[in-house]
Amino acid sequence: MKWGGLVGAALLTLTLAVVLGPTRIPLGELAGSEIVRDLRVPRALLGFLVGGSLAVSGAGLQALVRNPLADPFLLGLSGGAGLGAVGAIALRLPGPWALPIAAFAGALAAMALVYRLALVSGAALDPRVLLLAGVVVGSFAAAITTAIVSLSEAEQLRNAFLWLWGGLSGASWTTVGVLAVYLPLPLLLLLGSARSLDLMALGDEPAGYLGADVTRVRRRVYLAASLLTAAAVAVSGVIGFVGLIIPHAGRMGWGHRHRTLLPVSFLGGGVLLVLADTLARTAVAPRELPVGIVTALIGVPVFALLLRRWVRA
Amino acid sequence: MILELDGVTARYPGAERDALTGVTLGVAKGELLAVLGPNGSGKTTLIRVALGAMKPAAGVARVSGRPAHEWDRRALARVAAVVTQREETAFPQRVRDAVLLGRYPHLPPFTAPRAADRAAVRDALAACDAEALAGRWIETLSGGEHQRVRLARALAQEPELLVLDEPTASLDVRHEMALFEQIRSLVDARGLAALVITHQVNLAARFADRVVLLSGGAPAGAGTPANVLTRETVERVFDWPVAIQSFDDRPQMVPLRRVLPSHRSS
Repeated sequence: MKWGGLVGAALLTLTLAVVLGPTRIPLGELAGSEIVRDLRVPRALLGFLVGGSLAVSGAGLQALVRNPLADPFLLGLSGGAGLGAVGAIALRLPGPWALPIAAFAGALAAMALVYRLALVSGAALDPRVLLLAGVVVGSFAAAITTAIVSLSEAEQLRNAFLWLWGGLSGASWTTVGVLAVYLPLPLLLLLGSARSLDLMALGDEPAGYLGADVTRVRRRVYLAASLLTAAAVAVSGVIGFVGLIIPHAGRMGWGHRHRTLLPVSFLGGGVLLVLADTLARTAVAPRELPVGIVTALIGVPVFALLLRRWVRA
Repeated sequence: MILELDGVTARYPGAERDALTGVTLGVAKGELLAVLGPNGSGKTTLIRVALGAMKPAAGVARVSGRPAHEWDRRALARVAAVVTQREETAFPQRVRDAVLLGRYPHLPPFTAPRAADRAAVRDALAACDAEALAGRWIETLSGGEHQRVRLARALAQEPELLVLDEPTASLDVRHEMALFEQIRSLVDARGLAALVITHQVNLAARFADRVVLLSGGAPAGAGTPANVLTRETVERVFDWPVAIQSFDDRPQMVPLRRVLPSHRSS
């Protein structure tokens, strides 16, 4: 029943995303429309993949650091990606792939740095050190990003700003194809760690005695979540709240078992981002809002409602 | 022997002295061994080494004849279950789901819990007299209820060896007695081997077949409670004057006051 609702919501939002848009297209002509085929459909699919990836990554990281406040961007990835993207904009790197590749590289560089810093305490990858390292690396990258932005010209500034709040306007069948090939590996890595993630909530030592290889699981989950986030941020910029809110909403409805929670998060994240993007495209058409603003505007009130109901129960 | 420690010495990285020095012990099927010692005597380290979470600097710990640190963790969790002293509850969970975690070492990857797993959870809850708690949230349990649920989770692992680290810490007298009776009956009825780490001399003396006394990480006595728990030994290890009495043929310790009440002194 709950699953049916979720799958139904996914289909409904995807349909809405294809039907609605700044250009009004009669229902009968949808199938033949180039706008639908080349713009709306790939954009809806990309939004779904990105939203799903961010939410799954958030669910994994929250369990990894045993902190309900964790989200995909807490570990410095957004800072690194932002620096990469803004650097590419400032340097006017040519080609449609320059920006996503620079952002992806920035995210992975931040990830490697955070990981290296967190290992200082030994090989155990202490989650508290991981969090701290993520926050400081993110802040450092953000400082450099702001320095670059403040020295750049007005048009570059606008591009950088739009990118930093996220958007799916770069969607194409190629980006969808690249993600569709890339995402299954980190998603399967996380899903394969689902049971260990359940155990990790008890603490390292109890989890180890229940059969989890804590060090290996932690490395694997961190890597998989980072890969998901880096890809998402590369194609769509920094889209907040999906990775924080969706896993919690999922826990409220489906409980804490990651075997269920991870797929639920994927669907929920996809629904939220596609819905947010449809609003971002249509609310102030022909202009567009950065989708990160809309995820916050929809996500936070919905989350507050869920939280109230949950606390009362 | 399900668990054997042979001359085990262990030291934490960067520590100045050994946490364990030359500890030898064994636990067989149907036997309850208590490891007794004051705070900081190396009892928890002993569990880590015994279950392969820490590699000994010298000596060897064997589970079913195989060095503990060579075991695959999942395979080991099917043979040995540990109820640790503390654990976290970062995300709320119902008792039934918490006990189901004990089935994880038995589940192949990507598999949903099977009927046999649900049956094992039910049996474990029944064995710990915790069936009525199944639908409750973990955070709403009392200390005694939570210990019963954690014991049930350990039983759901269907282990041959049960290890408990200070299981009665923070329990009142009724719950600590009930828990030890429960452990004792599991050992007797199911032939489990049990290793109980505790600083409760009297409970260990009442329920254990044998005790090992630790002092500063080194063995200070091993054998039946009556042989080990003499006044001299207990006073030396716990650094406090005691009287030892006999109850049910088991030694029972009464700690003495070092400063006598003033109205008695005359």
